[in-house]
Amino acid sequence: MDLSIAALLAQDGITNGAIYALLALALVMVFAVTRVILVPSGELLTIGALTLAAFDQGHVPGTVRLVAGAAVLAGVIEAVRRARRGEGRRALAGAALWAGIPLALAALAAWMGPRKLPLAAEVAMALALTGALGPLTWKIVFEPIADASVLVLLIVAVAVHFVLTGLALYFFGAEGSRTPPFSSASFDIGALRVSVQSLLVLATSALAIAALALFFGRTLYGKALHATSVNRLGARLCGISPDFAGALSFALAAVLCAFCGVLIGPITTLYYDSGFIISLKGFVGAIIGGLASYPLAAAGSLFVGLIEAFSSFWASAYKEVIVFTLIIPVLLWRSLVTHHHEEDE
Amino acid sequence: MGPLLQVEDLSVAYGNVEAVRDVSLTAARGRIVTVIGPNGAGKTTLLAALMGVLPSRGGIRHDGVDVARLAIEERVARGIVLVPEKRELFATMSVDDHLALGAFARRRERGIDALRAEVYRRFPRLLERRRQLAGTLSGGERQMLALGRGLMARPALLMLDEPSLGLAPRVVRDIFTIIAALRDTGVTILLVEQNARAALAIADYGYVLETGRVVLEGDSATLAADARVAATYLGRGHGAMTAG
Repeated sequence: MDLSIAALLAQDGITNGAIYALLALALVMVFAVTRVILVPSGELLTIGALTLAAFDQGHVPGTVRLVAGAAVLAGVIEAVRRARRGEGRRALAGAALWAGIPLALAALAAWMGPRKLPLAAEVAMALALTGALGPLTWKIVFEPIADASVLVLLIVAVAVHFVLTGLALYFFGAEGSRTPPFSSASFDIGALRVSVQSLLVLATSALAIAALALFFGRTLYGKALHATSVNRLGARLCGISPDFAGALSFALAAVLCAFCGVLIGPITTLYYDSGFIISLKGFVGAIIGGLASYPLAAAGSLFVGLIEAFSSFWASAYKEVIVFTLIIPVLLWRSLVTHHHEEDE
Repeated sequence: MGPLLQVEDLSVAYGNVEAVRDVSLTAARGRIVTVIGPNGAGKTTLLAALMGVLPSRGGIRHDGVDVARLAIEERVARGIVLVPEKRELFATMSVDDHLALGAFARRRERGIDALRAEVYRRFPRLLERRRQLAGTLSGGERQMLALGRGLMARPALLMLDEPSLGLAPRVVRDIFTIIAALRDTGVTILLVEQNARAALAIADYGYVLETGRVVLEGDSATLAADARVAATYLGRGHGAMTAG
């Protein structure tokens, strides 16, 4: 291996690592706020990418029907829940909110489908539509069992992963899709050829991470999410409902995952079931951060991307094996450096 | 206008054990009402039930409205605020952030900045440490922060659970001076305390809770003069009241 190949691999690794980092941040956030391990993050990523691909080909994406169906279901659930508590008029208002906003998004997306709008509008709609699946999943699946143990939440999350994979097959079909690159330009620095596409991925990932940091550090809603993850009862005593925090964290995570899909779309051909293996790599990064530290999770994900790139050069058949074996020394290291405290339930 | 808080026959059970049994109490507007009693009498449980942290049976009316079925957040929105015994602060967040979050239920209302200035005026110590993380504060500062965060929710009914717990005597005096001053803002305060002497000194009315029941109530002056209360809670004698 000479320097130029090493530089190329490093560029590849950092590009993928940046995407894993976004996934890892979504996983850490959702776990901190709701104690759910977001196993279906990979499906959200795939759905985000396939939605953009459909827009790109001038189709109405299957996501429209998926979101519309979930919205109706969530509306009914919310209406029943509130009606049971004897909130007659607010039952209707809640149902209208939960069904109405996603349905409006779906209608707008259906209108956009056959029209060729600028790429930015298509990306925004793909993010919004997939993002809507986050709170809908929370409302339909996780909110009713929000107080269950971490293990129960994990098992249900695995179930949601399978359901979403099946739904993705139904709504998008078995063919793979690839979106056109945002830019096919490249330039040379010495012996290294740098593609503008990978620079774009890096820059937008960094922007997304900075935006997240600003959201948590500067905005009231970001602080509310942070507070819920630090002290759930303390947050409730301030009037921050865990249902609200859960829905908000799922919305953010779904948008982040879809954003990863948009970034990966031009690099890899994605099928309905491609997301899982990608999300697992983000998960390894999140584990390096102990599912708690955002900077460590991001750094760990970059490390995962680099390991993956270099192992694909030396032992490409074992690429995945090497990446996932990484989790064993990481768990050993974490078990040595962290103090155990029982989960209080 | 009736009393701000009316509790009727409230019972709270942990499994088969009833920690609070058929407690009835009222808090008139703008008054400090204290609930005193020994450790384990059910005082903290009572406040947790009034806040909706624990499920309960019986009636809770706040400002004439039945709130017994409402979630914690919905009670906060109605002006019922609890400053809990364990403070429940956010260790990795700053003093400023706590005050901002304290007003979360009031986020669509005006005058939050003026309210924050007012809280900082009451607690100059917090202003000095506004950028500091809650986890690095002293015990007294943590209690002030919990109080300040509670005040940011614009409480109509402020429930304080053992505000003197674990604090040095000088700090306890400061905290009670601040609580007494809060009455002048029109807020109704329900004060739970083991430090009966300090509580009765600032309260208008008091209840004595033992093994989950109200065994005595009255104006705080009357209570303080009561021989049994004096013997049991003001350090002039020994043993629980019902035992004698």
